[in-house]
Amino acid sequence: MAATHDKFGRPIVVVTGMGVVTSLGAGKADNWAKLTAGESGIRTITRFPTNGLKTSIAGTVDFLKVEPFSSPDLSQKLAETAAEEAITQAAIGTKGDFPGPLFLAVAPVEIEWPNRLELGRDTGILDYTYDDLLRVSGGGKYRSYHRRFLFGSVSDHLAENFGTKGSPISLSTACASGASAIQLGVEAIRRGESDAALCVATDGSVNLENLIRFSLLSALSMRNDAPQSAARPFSKNRDGFVMAEGAGALVLESYAGAKARGAAILGVLAGCGELADSFHRTRSSPDGKPIIGCVRNALSDAGIGPERIDYINAHGTGTPENDKMEYLGISSVFGEQTSRVPVSSNKSMVGHTLSAAGAVEAVFSLLTLEHQRIPPTINYDVPDPAISFDVVPNKARDARVTAVMSNSFGFGGQNASLILTREPL
Amino acid sequence: MTETKSSKPGSTEVWITGIGLATSLGEGLDTTWDALSQRRINVDEKNFAPYVVHPWAPVNFDIQIPKKGDQRQMEAWQRIGTYTAGLALDSAGIKGNNEILARMDMIVAAGGGERDLAVDTAIMQAAAKNNFAPGFLNERLMSDLRPTLFLAQLSNLLAGNIAIVHGVTGSSRTFMGEEGAGVDAARIALARIAAGQSDIALIGGSHNSERKEMLMLYQFDDFNLRDHFAPVWARSGKPGFALGSVGAFLVMESRAHAQTRGARPFARLTNVVADQARRKTPGEVTASLQSLWSKLGKLDDNGAIITGATGVEPVTSEELAFLRQHPDFAIRASGTAFGHNMEAQFILGLALAALSISRGALFPPNDPTALEVEMSKAPSQIVVAGAGHWRSEGMALVEAVK
Repeated sequence: MAATHDKFGRPIVVVTGMGVVTSLGAGKADNWAKLTAGESGIRTITRFPTNGLKTSIAGTVDFLKVEPFSSPDLSQKLAETAAEEAITQAAIGTKGDFPGPLFLAVAPVEIEWPNRLELGRDTGILDYTYDDLLRVSGGGKYRSYHRRFLFGSVSDHLAENFGTKGSPISLSTACASGASAIQLGVEAIRRGESDAALCVATDGSVNLENLIRFSLLSALSMRNDAPQSAARPFSKNRDGFVMAEGAGALVLESYAGAKARGAAILGVLAGCGELADSFHRTRSSPDGKPIIGCVRNALSDAGIGPERIDYINAHGTGTPENDKMEYLGISSVFGEQTSRVPVSSNKSMVGHTLSAAGAVEAVFSLLTLEHQRIPPTINYDVPDPAISFDVVPNKARDARVTAVMSNSFGFGGQNASLILTREPL
Repeated sequence: MTETKSSKPGSTEVWITGIGLATSLGEGLDTTWDALSQRRINVDEKNFAPYVVHPWAPVNFDIQIPKKGDQRQMEAWQRIGTYTAGLALDSAGIKGNNEILARMDMIVAAGGGERDLAVDTAIMQAAAKNNFAPGFLNERLMSDLRPTLFLAQLSNLLAGNIAIVHGVTGSSRTFMGEEGAGVDAARIALARIAAGQSDIALIGGSHNSERKEMLMLYQFDDFNLRDHFAPVWARSGKPGFALGSVGAFLVMESRAHAQTRGARPFARLTNVVADQARRKTPGEVTASLQSLWSKLGKLDDNGAIITGATGVEPVTSEELAFLRQHPDFAIRASGTAFGHNMEAQFILGLALAALSISRGALFPPNDPTALEVEMSKAPSQIVVAGAGHWRSEGMALVEAVK
């Protein structure tokens, strides 16, 4: 009998479907072609006026329209597009009847400025306050806004459209959310709760206030004149991340279940690790211990040592702080091997898709395993001498890749790492 | 922490060994119990009129959040939650126990943080006077938004603050999605411990009722209770929920882990189940709750049900139809005393159930409709139930440790 359980006796979790949307395009084929060609999806924002802003670029997804725009509306559209692709590839269940739970990474939701101002106009006065907004809120005229701006709104629609089972989970672990959604799916299958899980991560939240919030934290690149070369992970002249939109979706199954129904296995979710950082709300502990612990947890969960990893899909945001801390964490675990392991950042091309990043990058990691080709870190012209990664500079590279580590680190001390392999370990 | 062990689903007994409660009725388990015993209710019918809310009972935040700098980095919901998480860790006897805290898992059920209403209002008024000119918002938002406000609003930063202030760092997960988030926080934490994927976890949520921007969201479908307070079951003429102010956190751990460190249990958390009916046709919620009931495990006769029933319609009537199928169970609606607390409501119910079991009594009824009746014996099982105001049904079985 071919092993259906790993060395710890847990069901092996495999990927049988995946979908992705980024500023580069919709779907795996389009994204992979552009990613390995070193193309950037970053552009000048046209969705709203950017006068007076320090940052006016983003990796927006403009080819999927929602009218009028709201972040949950676009997040939902992105998630549906990615999930549809993943489920179609997996050919699992029947249309609208997915045989497992939904784990959705999604950005926090709130009523947005266009809605606030719409209600304001409805008050009929100029000096209106929240009391006046409250006065006109009821009566059913704005009922659809209650549905739309609940935190569970996007997962509720996905659960209905795809017919996932049970209570859908919406989660946020900031920029690690996508990885956390996958981890929740892996754990559910390992517990034997389900043979399949739909793990989706989405972020369509490039609106004015969100952009300004990140800008005020001095987190964003201000290279507005050259959008496509703004995201510069691991470069000495990196100046921040570029906000971006996108979605990634994975259909996870138990290896036994996938084999039984004859599904094509696209890869294995061999390990997940997490560890929280208690140092600061936006900065990593200077000793790198939480990142080191997170990476070690992922390796130990997969039951392998760092020598088995032959590509690292970095968090690589391009902020001065993140890239430095990621290097410290990785080099502490990988030791002398560090400079020999290719480490590239997809964010140099698609920007930082925030809540979606962990799943988008898991899809790209799986495509790396499939095509045996590593996407580059573009805009790498001025190496940071303090970061001696092999960043796969500017050009994709063919390589033998059997095991990938994908890292995600976020505000609030969130760290999560995934280990993905081509074959069961 | 990440699992590396072989897991045997559901084989491990899970205890509730710590409870943190701070609500509109005050803080701490004795205060809460006394208030429930005296049928005390704290409502504000004036400051948010015509809407009724249960206001937060002020505490000395310094006790659980000693650094003023930390307090300043948070908005009210985060302070309530971080404070109460500290109470739960104290209750479990692990406050400051870094060996345990560093490997303790955390699942927080969260909404988002308070907006700065003064800033919003100034911008809205200026926008109106400028005839809502395109691009007008840019300058004002750039100059008026506080950089730190973003972090005080981010959903996952309640967990982030708990990690910073109390050192819980094994893992940090934040579930969103109103009432269901609280059910799933308990469900996933229980499943992980029961399967050997985790030894000990902190779960919880917090809610602040005194927020006009949230009253607005719920008023879009007229969910807010208006004018005068009434107990949950006595709102049939004027349905609605009165938002509550609650921090509710629990420490859950495997029996073996608790016994090794000599911790005493309040109760055992035996099962948590959840579903999400589409609610397109009448009766779906009743059927969903009845289905969850059948999955709870063996229920003894003459038990008790603590429900987070909201008081809004049609879901409260649907839940009543379910409750009436179990007439030998004593019923309590947590919403009467504590209001409706969204993400925190189910965890509040678990806390009240564990507290009742540990005190050997169910708190007295507070219901003019007499659906709630006295329970004279000590409860050995309490079912915690809840049907969310728009989505989500959840149920749990809390039992005395044998």
